[in-house]
Amino acid sequence: MEQINPTVINLVIFVLAIYVGYHVVWTVTPALHTPLMSVTNAISAIIIVGAMLAAGATDSTLGKGIGLLAVTLAAVNVFGGFLVTQRMLEMFKKKERPAAEKKQ
Amino acid sequence: MSMNVVTLLYLVASICFIQALKGLSHPTGARRGNVFGMVGMAIAAVTTVALIANLRGAGGGLALIGGGVIVGGGIGTFIARRVQMTKMPELVAAMHSLVGLAAVFIAIVAVAEPWAFGITEQGAALPRGNRLELFIGTFVGAITFSGSVIAFGKLSGKFRSAPIVFRGQHWLNLVLALAMFAFGIWFFVTQEWTPFILMAALAFIIGALIIIPIGGADMPVVISMLNSYSGWAAAGIGFSLNNSMLIVAGSLVGSSGAILSYIMCKAMNRSFINVLLGGFGQEGGMVAAGTEQKPYRSGSSDDAAFLMANAESVIIVPGYGLAVSRAQHALKELTEKLGAKGVNVRYAIHPVAGRMPGHMNVLLAEAEIPYDQVFEMEDINNDFQSTDVVLVVGANDVVNPAAKTPGSAIFGMPILEAHKARTVIVNKRSMATGYAGLDNELFYLEKTMMVFGDAKKALEDMVKALE
Repeated sequence: MEQINPTVINLVIFVLAIYVGYHVVWTVTPALHTPLMSVTNAISAIIIVGAMLAAGATDSTLGKGIGLLAVTLAAVNVFGGFLVTQRMLEMFKKKERPAAEKKQ
Repeated sequence: MSMNVVTLLYLVASICFIQALKGLSHPTGARRGNVFGMVGMAIAAVTTVALIANLRGAGGGLALIGGGVIVGGGIGTFIARRVQMTKMPELVAAMHSLVGLAAVFIAIVAVAEPWAFGITEQGAALPRGNRLELFIGTFVGAITFSGSVIAFGKLSGKFRSAPIVFRGQHWLNLVLALAMFAFGIWFFVTQEWTPFILMAALAFIIGALIIIPIGGADMPVVISMLNSYSGWAAAGIGFSLNNSMLIVAGSLVGSSGAILSYIMCKAMNRSFINVLLGGFGQEGGMVAAGTEQKPYRSGSSDDAAFLMANAESVIIVPGYGLAVSRAQHALKELTEKLGAKGVNVRYAIHPVAGRMPGHMNVLLAEAEIPYDQVFEMEDINNDFQSTDVVLVVGANDVVNPAAKTPGSAIFGMPILEAHKARTVIVNKRSMATGYAGLDNELFYLEKTMMVFGDAKKALEDMVKALE
């Protein structure tokens, strides 16, 4: 049997991940759409993985320099995104009451 | 560490990210979800560091990474602690731009030294497929960057938020886009730097050009769209580096942003293309063009307080004007005072209240208004007709009954049916029109009382009157 092209495997992962994303995001309550945005912002900073490889696994100064910049930018997002999401969600917690009506 | 183990750990991180999104289905599980997200990110980062250490030894590369994480993380932490909730849209736009730029940077390194990522043998040319993927990752990243910078500028008031339109704008964009693809194909065939750089430069320009014609109140769509792009940029880079972690996380973000854009467009009853073409509502903020001055009733804050104190049920409709005058806390006091008098107070939130999806909910949460008093449009719209008093604060188009009139510019847009309540109190600065540039029939109804003035001042006066 011939080898499967890595791009095809990537495509399988891609399509399935979109499918999962689509279904999961529809369950998010509209009240939390802003935290959804900030958390997805933090998740898209997963690009830090590529940035780390660029900074750490290259030999040239160009590669290391630009890689370092990319790591720094992505790190702002990782920390900023998750922490600001946490801060927002804490606000939703404070007002939690044993209310009779919890319609979402 | 073998690549198999690395990939399996990436799988664990991916599941954590899915959990993070799933947690947001209700405020109670949301914080745990966010912790899942953080754990996922930590697993992905540590795995990658271990992989690099394994490949290259614990040399200078890791120190660089550590330095970048400390500096970037420090800045991110500082911003996250300090940012005001009214500034969330700006923050999110700024963060999208960082992801976009990082994607471009990674793509540049991948073109220069593809072997560092294990895509090729040392010194070999990139396979065609990876060139195509790098092209896509780069231009999506570049568009995300410059588009987000413009969106950030408009949201923070650094640029004029009015749409910038000129003759032949769409043709110019089309020509630039075609040129960008041409350079992309050139790069795909030759793997030379010249077309790569020209392609990236054009993408930066296109990103700015597609956002400038879009006006301030369409920002919820723009910001969701850029959210989506930042995900696709990460996924595109994931394809070019054959990295499943980037593909999964990028796709989750990409589809999330796409759904939010859809929800926002639907809430304004406008098509995505219509928003993108821009130029909508240029006459926004001007006094209604109607020739005859229609009569309306205006009253004081004391009158409004009296009406609400004697009501059984009150629904408050907050709009962006509330956030602008930072009146959330005054509103909360008003709610408490009314609650103490036995009035049933609820909030009705239109999906596009604020400058990003769900923005108003966060602002109310910050003011410590319990989320079980806050209702989405679909959940509360049927209750307006049995409500004594509706208080509209700084909202306009979202309560305009013209949306039910065929031929109106906002016909078909879902609205909060405030006009069905027994009495309506509207707080606004003046009779000026909203973003859509339309006169609002609600203001001229016999049962409507206008309370002019700044929202914060007016609400504080109402609170005083209730004491």
